[in-house]
Amino acid sequence: MATEFHNLQELRHSASLATKVFIQRDYSEGTICKFQTKFPSELDSRIERTLFEDTVKTLNTFYAEAEKIGGQSYLEGCLACATAYIIFLCMETRYEKVLKKISKYIQEQNEKIYAPRGLLITDPIERGMRVIEISIFEDRGSSGSSSSSSSTSSSSGR
Amino acid sequence: MHLGVGAPMRECTYSEISTRSSSPMETPHKKRVPTRKWQAFPGRNKFYCNGRIMMARQTGVFYLTLVLIVVTSGLFFAFDCPFLASNLTPAIPIIGGVLFFFVMGMLLRASFSDPGVLPRATPDEAADLERQIDADNGPISGGYRPPPRTKEVVINGQTVKLKYCFTCKIFRPPRASHCSLCDNCVERFDHHCPWVGNCVGKRNYRFFYLFILSLSFLTIFIFAFVITHVILRSHRTGFLSALKDSPARYPFVVVCFFSVWSIVGLSGFHTYLISSNQTTNEDIKGTWSTKRGKDNYNPYSYGSIFTNCCAALCGPIPPSLIDRRGFIQPDTPQPLPHANGSTVYGSTQTQSHMCDQDQCIQSTKFVLQAAATPLLHSEPVMMGGDAPLPGRTSFAGHCASLATSHPTPHLHQQPVLGGGPGQPRPPTPAPPHPHQHPHHHLRSPEEVPSPPGMLPYSQAPQLYDPASLDSLHEDSVRGLVKLSSV
Repeated sequence: MATEFHNLQELRHSASLATKVFIQRDYSEGTICKFQTKFPSELDSRIERTLFEDTVKTLNTFYAEAEKIGGQSYLEGCLACATAYIIFLCMETRYEKVLKKISKYIQEQNEKIYAPRGLLITDPIERGMRVIEISIFEDRGSSGSSSSSSSTSSSSGR
Repeated sequence: MHLGVGAPMRECTYSEISTRSSSPMETPHKKRVPTRKWQAFPGRNKFYCNGRIMMARQTGVFYLTLVLIVVTSGLFFAFDCPFLASNLTPAIPIIGGVLFFFVMGMLLRASFSDPGVLPRATPDEAADLERQIDADNGPISGGYRPPPRTKEVVINGQTVKLKYCFTCKIFRPPRASHCSLCDNCVERFDHHCPWVGNCVGKRNYRFFYLFILSLSFLTIFIFAFVITHVILRSHRTGFLSALKDSPARYPFVVVCFFSVWSIVGLSGFHTYLISSNQTTNEDIKGTWSTKRGKDNYNPYSYGSIFTNCCAALCGPIPPSLIDRRGFIQPDTPQPLPHANGSTVYGSTQTQSHMCDQDQCIQSTKFVLQAAATPLLHSEPVMMGGDAPLPGRTSFAGHCASLATSHPTPHLHQQPVLGGGPGQPRPPTPAPPHPHQHPHHHLRSPEEVPSPPGMLPYSQAPQLYDPASLDSLHEDSVRGLVKLSSV
C-alpha cells in the first residue's frame, strides 16, 4: 500500500486540476446537515451514478447519526451540564467521534473508487459543511496523444 | 560557490530571493507569516491564548459584567455569609458558591467559544456560485443592477428564502445571519450580546441561556439573603443601626435589585424562545407569527415544548467550523481580513494548485488591478502577516462606543438590490418589545452590499498596501508571460 501511495503521489504531479464540482446542502428537512443527491452533469462521464449516490447517501446517514437527538445525546448533554462542561476536556463528543468516522470513510472512498477515476472528494468539514467538493483531475501526461484526454490518476485522500 | 583559486577558501552562500513569497519586502524585514488560521481570520474577532479563546472586538462591557458579578458576589460572601452561616445554616455560602462558579463557568464558556461562525467561501466555491447565479439570472445588461441573490427552499412545508451574503460569498443556511459587529455569518444567529462580548449562535446558545438563568437565581439568592441579614440584625440592634453596618455595599444591592428584574425578564423571554424553537431574530421580525398569514408556522419546531427544550439544551454541540488553531497550508489561499468587509484572497500562493484556466483568469485580474489601483484608502489593511495582536483596548473607550449605539433595537431591513420577488419594506424603528432587554445590541442581519460597480466580473480584490502592489505588478508580469505562452 505504501508503494502504491508513492506512485499516486508521483502521478499527482503529472495530473492537473481541471475543475471542481460542488455538491450543495439540501435544506428541505431543516437545518440538519444533508447533501443533495442530485448527480452533477460534470461527473457524467467519470463515475457511475449509483456509486456517487451511495457515497452521498452514506455521508448523509453519518451526519444524521451525529445530529440525532435521542437518549444518548440527552445523556451526554445532561452529564456535560452537570459537570459545567468540564467533562469535554477529557471526553470527545459524539459528533466528533462521528466526524472521525466520516473522514475515514471519505479517505477509503477516495482510495478505492474516486482516485482510480481521477476524482477527489474533500471532506465537507474543511469547507465549513457547506459543500462536498469533488475535484476532477486531468492527466497531463496523456494529453499529447489525442484531444480527448482520458484521466486516470489522482492523489488519494489526505 | 568559490571566489577563485587564489582567494582564501571561503564559502559564499547566496540566499535566493524567493519570488514566490507574497511580498518582496517581506524577506528583508522578516515579517512573521501567519502560521495558524486564527491569525489570518477574516472576521472582526479577537483571539487569545493562541486561538483557543474567541471574542468580539468590543469587549469592554464584558469586563464590566465580570466586575459586577465578582464584586457583588464577593461582597456577599465577605459581609453577609459569616453572619448567615453562623446564625442560619452553613449551606447558604455553599449554595451561593456553587451558583457563583456555575454562573462564571457559563459566562466564560459563552464568551470564549465560537458561536457557530461559518467560514467564508473559498475562491473556487465563490466562482462556482457566481457562475450558477449568472446562469440562473441571465446576462447582466450594462446599466442595470444585478437582481437580488436569493434562493427559495421548502422546509417542512414552509417556503424559506436563503439570502446570499456578499461578504462571505455564500448562500446563508436557514436561520443563519450575518453579524455586522463581528463581520461573520453565524449559524442560528440569535443576537450579538455586548454583555457577553460575543455573538450568541448555534454553538453557545445553551451556555448563554444557562448563564442568564443561573445569574437570575444568583441575584435573587443574594438579594434575598442580604435582606434576610438586615432583618435578622435589626431584630437585635434596631433597624437603623443594622443599615449603618458596611454602607459601602448598598450601591451593589441597588444594582442587584435592578438587574434582578432585567435578568429575570430576559431569562423568561429566552425560555419562551427555547420552548417555541425560535431565535431572537425571528421573534423580533415575526417571521413565524400567525399575523403574517394563516398558514405561517415555525418549520423548525419539534412540536412539543419539552422536545424543543431538550433539543436546545441537551442536543449535540456541533464542532467549530473555523478550525482556528489549525495550521495554514502553504498551498491554500487564505481570505485576508479586510477593513470594509469584502474578502481579499492571497494572490501568490495558489499557482501550483490552480489549473491553467484559473491562472488565466487570475492573471487578467492582476493586470486590470495593477492598471487600476492607486492607493484609495488611507486606513491600513490587515494583511495576513499583520494580524493585530490581541490586545486589550481601554475600558472607557468601549463604554463610550457602546453608549453611542442605539439603546433600542433598530431593525435593518435587507437592502434589496433592484426589484425582486420580495417587496422591500421601508425600515421602521421597532417599538420597544415588551420582553426586550434594553441593553442588548440587537443588530439584525445587515449585509455589506458591495457597490454595484464592483460586481461584474470583479471579485477583483482591491489591494491598498504598497508592499502588495509591488507583488501585484510582479504577478501581473508573470500573468502576462503565462497568457502569452497559452
